[in-house]
Amino acid sequence: MRSLWKPINLRLVWVLIGLTPVFAAKTSDEPQILHALNRLTWGPRPRDVDAVSKVGLSHWIDQQLHPETITENPTLLEKLATLDTLNLSQTELAARYPSPQAIRAMAEGRTPWPTDLQTRAVVQRMAERQKAKKAGKDSNITVPRRALTEKPEEFVATLEAMTTEERIATLQGLTEGALRRLYPVASPGLRRRIQMFNGPKQVVSQDLVQARLVRAVYSNRQLEDVLADFWFNHFNVYLDKGADRFLVTAYERDVIRPRVLGKFHDLLLATAQSPAMLFYLDNWQSTGPGAKPKGKRAGLNENYGRELMELHTLGVDGGYTQQDVTEVARCFTGWTIRDVKSGGEFFFNPRTHDIGEKHVLGFTIAGGGGMQDGLKVLDILARQPSTARFISRKLAERFVADDPPAALLDRMAKAFLVSDGDLRVVMTTMIAAPEFRDPANFRTRVKSPLELVASAIRATGADIDYALSLATTLTQMGEPLYRKVEPTGYPNRGVEWMNSASLVARMNFAGALTSGSLAGVTLDAKSLPDTDNELARALLGGPASAATRAAILSSRPGGADDGTLTDNLDAGAARRAAGILIGSPEFQRK
Amino acid sequence: MSINRRLFLHNSAIAMAGVGTAPLWLERAAFGAQGSPRKKILVTIFQRGAADGLNIVAPHGEEEYYKLRPSIAVPRPGAGETAAINLDGFFGLHPALEPLKPWWDEGHLAIIHAAGSPDPTRSHFDAQDYMESGTPGWKATSDGWLNRALPATAGKVSPVRAVALGAALPRALRGRNSAVAVESLPSFGVRDAPAAAMLETMYTQTGDQLLGGTGRETFEAMRLLQLLQKTPYQPEGNASYPSGRLGSSLRQIAQLIKADVGLEVAFADLNGWDHHVNEPAQLGNLLREFGGALAAFAQDLGPRLSDVLVVTMSEFGRTAKENGNRGTDHGHANVMFALGGDVKGGKVYGEWPGLAAEQLYEGRDLAVTTDFRSVLSEAVARHMGNPQADAIFPHYPGGAEKYRGWLKS
Repeated sequence: MRSLWKPINLRLVWVLIGLTPVFAAKTSDEPQILHALNRLTWGPRPRDVDAVSKVGLSHWIDQQLHPETITENPTLLEKLATLDTLNLSQTELAARYPSPQAIRAMAEGRTPWPTDLQTRAVVQRMAERQKAKKAGKDSNITVPRRALTEKPEEFVATLEAMTTEERIATLQGLTEGALRRLYPVASPGLRRRIQMFNGPKQVVSQDLVQARLVRAVYSNRQLEDVLADFWFNHFNVYLDKGADRFLVTAYERDVIRPRVLGKFHDLLLATAQSPAMLFYLDNWQSTGPGAKPKGKRAGLNENYGRELMELHTLGVDGGYTQQDVTEVARCFTGWTIRDVKSGGEFFFNPRTHDIGEKHVLGFTIAGGGGMQDGLKVLDILARQPSTARFISRKLAERFVADDPPAALLDRMAKAFLVSDGDLRVVMTTMIAAPEFRDPANFRTRVKSPLELVASAIRATGADIDYALSLATTLTQMGEPLYRKVEPTGYPNRGVEWMNSASLVARMNFAGALTSGSLAGVTLDAKSLPDTDNELARALLGGPASAATRAAILSSRPGGADDGTLTDNLDAGAARRAAGILIGSPEFQRK
Repeated sequence: MSINRRLFLHNSAIAMAGVGTAPLWLERAAFGAQGSPRKKILVTIFQRGAADGLNIVAPHGEEEYYKLRPSIAVPRPGAGETAAINLDGFFGLHPALEPLKPWWDEGHLAIIHAAGSPDPTRSHFDAQDYMESGTPGWKATSDGWLNRALPATAGKVSPVRAVALGAALPRALRGRNSAVAVESLPSFGVRDAPAAAMLETMYTQTGDQLLGGTGRETFEAMRLLQLLQKTPYQPEGNASYPSGRLGSSLRQIAQLIKADVGLEVAFADLNGWDHHVNEPAQLGNLLREFGGALAAFAQDLGPRLSDVLVVTMSEFGRTAKENGNRGTDHGHANVMFALGGDVKGGKVYGEWPGLAAEQLYEGRDLAVTTDFRSVLSEAVARHMGNPQADAIFPHYPGGAEKYRGWLKS
């Protein structure tokens, strides 16, 4: 089943699918640049249009399609550097950031305490809390009076001056509320300790969310990051399902991100063999007839087999039957996780594999193939015309229009098949298509919550120190990061995001961001343009609508309603105007 | 009434700045029950993820049930704490649903078993979509059945006529009639009052249809709900809602009902029913929340339960046979609950198709003997009194002869 297709020049692909690279024609058209920035990044920053115009739109697109050629933003690297869980293996994460169950096991002497001093202090604190809770008592931890009476800044200084042992002992005695008060003013190092004492398990998820947000806002490799969001969502896993809480970090880092512009087949295979997906869709527990796995019950589990075809490849109308689901599930028996409790890794267990003959989508898979059965299924599925069409549609919904035109989908699907699922070729085809550049699509797509938040922060030049309140904001808007329970992932069509609950949360976010009341995010009013027109241009890419202008003017004492906008905004007025613009109907679309 | 309402709306942009300047009774007068018979209210609960109807209302009288599920079946009544609570000698409630038993005994709770969609899909997404559009097999339907079920009215309607609890408006409530999604009543407001007034102006005047429409609905509902917040809500009848999403949703729906602000349909959902692995523990936990929340809701409503009907649904059922991991895979027919004052309860409705190999749908799942649209159209026709019930479910050969008769007519 190995493909004969070899990497070929992109231009050859265009010839094969009958397309000329139109964006190669030089354009300095501002609306076109703005549109490209709106769709291929998390939102334009004030100087982005000029910067793209300088290098040329086609060159900029080409760079974004080759993210390895782009130097990463040092600010981003600095912000990521403090999030040390991002670089750990799943085994290290499981050991250093134990779950409540693992802590119980240590407290009951079933497993040894951690050797590292800090981890051990944290774990013992958690164990004590568990014990107190079980006994029906509140935690009997006493709070040093200073933590309640001293100003947080002063108490932090006291803590910083202590020896490691003293500091750990003091932190161990603090309540969650006291810890939370210290957090905003603490140094990055102290913050880690505070987070740990609030519950080690949450450190991993908070790092993930923080990284997702700072990447979206600061990364120079914008398209790559948008695609990472798209593909994580396409191959969605749910962070709070059991072991996935320490498997998702490596899943995003090692499985998804490196492959977003690679071959679809490679991405599919990597997800199929990832402990995160094997755990999330239960395949690690699926076994063939007669298998007797130790300590587990034997039998087939169809969950992965079904979602693999419905959501990852063919699409629900892609032409498969219930029989195919069962047969595919049989092929993947034995694809499991070794030692899942301590981190786990993929392995094929021949003893739990169904060795019989299988029939998938009209192909016969001979008996006794072992792990080859699953590999063959992935080879078949990755190259089906239905898959090409389904992936093309999802990409076009995300990047072009909620209801993308059939002609565009035809071209993208053809590029997918001709290039053997080369996602860079599919993206290039889409971006080069006239439908992508069609002015009828400008500012038509409703932003997802993450798109809204990231675009507002980018447009205003705000700075993210820590992302806890942004995470809450996204939950209120309906997009808790890494926490979509269903394998469908979040919707790609913009219209699905608009409803009253989300709108209220969007308006409140606009107010909180611009008034400076969003914890962990600073907006320097000096970084905002000081004229209304410039402000509108920075946030909306052009003049505001009459209604929005009127609203801005009415926000000022004595604001004239003759339509005159101010050329010399003070900081307060600029903040208020920015808040109104971000909350406006225009800013909800891109 | 419409003049009052118009006047009030006209003043609302100013009122936004000082929410609460208009008393709740004025809103109530505009939308509520005064001068006309009190409106009937339909509350629908969606159990997302395909709940296992065979373990929720277990056919303990059927030998096959225990053969198919040797390690996860609910034991026969009398076999201790984990055993089924006997209902009629054949069916039994999952023990975690014990709080619902009194409502069954008093005739307010009916069960429709082997109900579901005629469409064979076992995709969560498609099946939920079909159940919410009310048109199984028809993907092009753009709106939801619950939105279509709202009776046509002349003039202005309450902004909280149709409410979904949650951060997204469910498919069932999308459509022509205005409907709002509310994550929680207290958080439903723009915190900065002067900004709120400006935002309202922008959204009222925008040429953007989607955002303008959503914006208008949002601001009208916001004003009303903020008035409601002025009095802290205290459940009645010693009702105690369980913690968790459904308890919180139903508590807020009860608050809206008792405030008489014009609520007609409400939607709440509860996720997490997709139990492929280790089902017994997970299902027990979810059912404790589910049963506890429903019972607290009925208790809290007290005499108002006579105006209210709760109907529950889930996109499809689960395999009759347990899988290899003490779980179940995607199946077909399921069970639906109906709780309310008009319900002829204390009875399991429908035909039992049986669990013998030859009786199973596609040889593996409980067969559907009652179309879910029969249940929903009976609710729309007999409870809401909507004479257009058949038009709400296009492509469905409806009619009263299809009703199972679980509602007083």
